[in-house]
Amino acid sequence: MKITGIKVTFWNVVFAIIMVLGVYSAYVRYFKGIGAVSNLSDQFPWGLWIGFDCLCGIMLAAGGFCISGAVYLFNVERLHSIIRPVILTAFLGYCLFIVGLLVDLGRPWFIWHQLIYMNPHSVMFEVGMCVMTYTTVLFFEFLPNVLEKFHLQWPLRIVKGVMPFLIVAGILLSTLHQSSLGSLYLIMPSKLHPFWYSPALPFFFFGSAIAVGLAMTIFESTQSAKAFGRHLEFSVLVELGGALLIALWVNALLRFEDFYHRGMLTKIIQPSYEAYFLWLELLLAFVIPITMLSFKKVRLSPKGLYLASISAILGFVANRLNISITGFETWAGHHFVPKWTELMITLSIIAMGFFLFGMAVKYLPIYEHGEGVAEAQPEPQRVRGELPKASHVAT
Amino acid sequence: MSKGILYDATLCIGCKMCEKACAEHNGLPYDDSVAAESKQSEHKFTVVLTENDKFMRRLCMHCEKPACASVCPVGAFHKTALGPVVYDVWKCIGCRYCMVACAFAVPKYEWGSLNPRVRKCIMCPDLIKRGEATACAQICPTGATKFGERDQLLQEAQDRIAQNPGNYVPHIYGKDEVGGTSVFLISSVPFEQFGYPEIAKIGDKALPEYTGVIMEKVPDFIPLWALVLGGIYWLAHRKDEVAQAEAMEKQGGVA
Repeated sequence: MKITGIKVTFWNVVFAIIMVLGVYSAYVRYFKGIGAVSNLSDQFPWGLWIGFDCLCGIMLAAGGFCISGAVYLFNVERLHSIIRPVILTAFLGYCLFIVGLLVDLGRPWFIWHQLIYMNPHSVMFEVGMCVMTYTTVLFFEFLPNVLEKFHLQWPLRIVKGVMPFLIVAGILLSTLHQSSLGSLYLIMPSKLHPFWYSPALPFFFFGSAIAVGLAMTIFESTQSAKAFGRHLEFSVLVELGGALLIALWVNALLRFEDFYHRGMLTKIIQPSYEAYFLWLELLLAFVIPITMLSFKKVRLSPKGLYLASISAILGFVANRLNISITGFETWAGHHFVPKWTELMITLSIIAMGFFLFGMAVKYLPIYEHGEGVAEAQPEPQRVRGELPKASHVAT
Repeated sequence: MSKGILYDATLCIGCKMCEKACAEHNGLPYDDSVAAESKQSEHKFTVVLTENDKFMRRLCMHCEKPACASVCPVGAFHKTALGPVVYDVWKCIGCRYCMVACAFAVPKYEWGSLNPRVRKCIMCPDLIKRGEATACAQICPTGATKFGERDQLLQEAQDRIAQNPGNYVPHIYGKDEVGGTSVFLISSVPFEQFGYPEIAKIGDKALPEYTGVIMEKVPDFIPLWALVLGGIYWLAHRKDEVAQAEAMEKQGGVA
């Protein structure tokens, strides 16, 4: 069935419904106020929008700096074929994070105040500046797609010339703000539940960003292969799966060490409201994916890798929601359940992400690098030098 | 010199005149229904709590090193030399980090507004500048709320407890809490009964220090990490250059 050129599929209908409800919620947000659209209150000034749109959004977009670091910094050529979709995901992720922020901020029209009334003691200031700069960096990392599309050769050469600096700047900025998202909570030792409050929060946030960056790349590559009928670069996924296993182990050990040193080990095994949420998080983030990936059979199966990475992603999303919501419920004295309009804003932002990703893949050379200048980095020597490229996976 | 407020719950008669004076000075509505509200809100900056025949005031503690001021990305809060922690609404972007960071949950939000402000007691800085006491202290009929020099008030609180140890719990709330505040409370019943967090919970360390240990490392971390990343880039790409040079050499040798 077709309506004026748009195919009516199940997902298109779902998308349309979410967007309509999202637009309605945005109307309530901007014409009736945050109080009318959400269940945020003086006890819960930060809820789903900060917990999911911001904390999780930034984490889910971490693939950008993980993979660009591996490819450009550590020169892991095997991953080159996935760099463009990963950069696209990161760029979209950060843009949508900013959209989420414009909803959550009480006075979004003053967001630029950050640039003139700077408070260098504020973690939020640091996060804001880093996110702003990094989104700009991602824009330039993404730009070659557009320039190639329109055959603009000389700006393309300029962007590619400064690419090494962009990459290093991108990783530097990511290190800072990924960890600083955790530092945001350091100032609330009496409010955040001791299961989640730890002086090591910045390290956890950085570590989980890397694990989720890898897991998201596996998830998204598999998903794109399905959705766009693309050939799956399987050896790349296997490689990422191995890296994910290591990242998960490092994260798990960090968490264990932290629980051990803060004397929490005996407390987290006793059933309590918070413990149930903690168990859920640990199960999804560590127990399931680590067990799965420990089997070679799973590491070598596309479906196994896909499911393990979904579990890891859900686990770390649960972790950040626990930190931002569950961990404050005891202090606030009541549970936080987002209002449906609040949820619709978040869902429509996610839906927008899927839509824009699809559009970009459709109209930009994300998967088919054309023009003979496909490599996002000028490396003429490499071609002449005839490097052994046994492990390189062709698209 | 830094000013402060001493609230002695044993002198309080629960007349709520301070609530009314506060509302009037801040241009907020005050009637019987507002008087009946027993929690701080965006339209009620101070509240007198009653439990049996005991009373307790809640108001902004005006921390010596305020968390709200430290976390605000645009510096909308700051501690003035005179003692009050004040709010510059025109800077605020509405992130509400101040509300999350405050150990006493003092800042409140105008959730229903389209241009919302954070609201809290700002210790009448306009009156203090003129050398007057805060509105709540001026109106208090029994002297339960007393305005003065912070150091002197602290001394007075100690003296009152020392002279009448049976009348008070042996603790001056605000002396050490989160590194000290400009508001001191003394009372015959534990402060936790009225929702004040125990010092065992919030600690005697100024809250900004928790993030300070990380934030002060940032300026050093940036160049160092940039150098490390640049170094990794150089090292990782060096093997290509070497391989290329070797390949060239080989070619040259053959030719």
